[in-house]
Amino acid sequence: MTTHAQRDTLSIWQVVELARHQDRPYSLDYIQRLAPDFVEMHGDRVSHDDPAVVAGLGTWRGRTVVFLGQQKGRNLAARVARNWGMMHPEGFRKAMRLGRQAAKFGFPIISLVDTPGAYPGESAEERGVASAIGAAILEWFEIPVPVVAVVIGEGSSGGALGIAVADRVLMLENSLYTVASPEAAASIVWRDNARKVEAAEQLQITSRDLLAMGVVEEVVHEPEGGAHMDYDATARALDAALWRNMEPLLTMPSDELLQHRYERFRYIDSLVAADPRFGPKVEPKL
Amino acid sequence: MPEELREQVYVCDCGHHFRMHADAWIALLADAGTWQERWADVRPHDLLEWKVPKPYQETIEQAREEGLNEAVRVGMAEVDGRPLWLAVFDFRFVGGTLSIVAGERLARGLEQATASRTPYVLVAATGGARMQEGVLALMQMAKVNGALSRLHRAGLPYISILTDPTYGGTPASFALLGDVNIAEPGASIGFTGPRIIKQATYAVLPPGFQSAEYQLRCGQVDMVVPRTELRERLAHLLTLYGRSL
Repeated sequence: MTTHAQRDTLSIWQVVELARHQDRPYSLDYIQRLAPDFVEMHGDRVSHDDPAVVAGLGTWRGRTVVFLGQQKGRNLAARVARNWGMMHPEGFRKAMRLGRQAAKFGFPIISLVDTPGAYPGESAEERGVASAIGAAILEWFEIPVPVVAVVIGEGSSGGALGIAVADRVLMLENSLYTVASPEAAASIVWRDNARKVEAAEQLQITSRDLLAMGVVEEVVHEPEGGAHMDYDATARALDAALWRNMEPLLTMPSDELLQHRYERFRYIDSLVAADPRFGPKVEPKL
Repeated sequence: MPEELREQVYVCDCGHHFRMHADAWIALLADAGTWQERWADVRPHDLLEWKVPKPYQETIEQAREEGLNEAVRVGMAEVDGRPLWLAVFDFRFVGGTLSIVAGERLARGLEQATASRTPYVLVAATGGARMQEGVLALMQMAKVNGALSRLHRAGLPYISILTDPTYGGTPASFALLGDVNIAEPGASIGFTGPRIIKQATYAVLPPGFQSAEYQLRCGQVDMVVPRTELRERLAHLLTLYGRSL
């Protein structure tokens, strides 16, 4: 276990570097440990398969579970092949295809988030990346099976949220979850991505920040030095946290599940909304 | 802005559509005297204590002194006598960025439209999520889409009008999910803006990239409608879809 002293001494940028560490376990490292019989599925059934996201079925704790995970590569060739974990629109369509399958068969979903953002390029734009993300975010509110999402490394922007509309959202201790990557935020606010450290410091992107804001339910502690120091130990901690959060969802009636998911996001900023400076409370439901 | 341009709803004789702010949009679309704004007293504040390059609190106060009330304004209105909920972005308020207040107003409007079985009309003009509100700005995309899912499931029409510019978190959540997506001629619409695409990929982008006409070719919008014909088109669509109500 990481000591509190150690955690307190890491700068925000050191956390960013840990979250992006080239030896950090990626989605498949966890999925293979959680469900050794994992079978990967491919393709969006429209035009492409997106290697930046893996999707498939496996046995976890005695039941069939649908796994989704944004996947990075560990060497240059793999990074290129995985497009650095930056999804195209077909990746979101693949994820939702598996999401609908989970709904059809009543399988719970575990979704692992690890992306610097959806792909910021022409090929994503011409194939409609914005509407693909939007459609995914909306459809998650209609998938009546338990969904637990975990930010395992980088969780940046709409590309992360597109597979993280869940009943419970967890973060690994040295991961980050942010409206935009520090570089993108610096580019937007300063028009200079070299200001990334200042951007990261202001954005409040660490697991402790998000837990305090009420955006995630639990932080999963990492081994001393970070998740990459011991894949098995991190996977065991993740497994335990997933079960703690998934188990109560498994017996929940589906309409209740969807109502809770709605309310989770509808009032996710309730800490802010409770501030008198925000203005009057939400009107009572009609 | 010259008076004759105002009369032509900010459309130049050459066909160029100038950006129009929220009040002008409301005046263009809503029947005279029908606009009833709601939740104007929900206000932003500086939850992250954002300091550089400019304190967020200062940004908010400055916009307020200019008479602006957040990036999204929501209310009830009638178009050709048909009641609806209208949500209008104002690009002048921190680049029309999606914020907690914007998301809250949008979601409350969707909930009210669902409860009262009225159509929902959006006019988008936005640079994306508001960086100065951090991850809670990102969460608005899910908050609004959750409410939009309920409007859809209740069988109510949602018409999205995309104006210049519409980028980032708003099109990547609700702005492209209309039963009808209408774009204004020449409007720039996309997920990532051209500056960041060039920075990230060194790509040479083709002329007209991310224009309304490009998005029509890419299958992202149903039609490109000149502003001078927009009100009439909206009223017609409300008639067609309104028969389901």
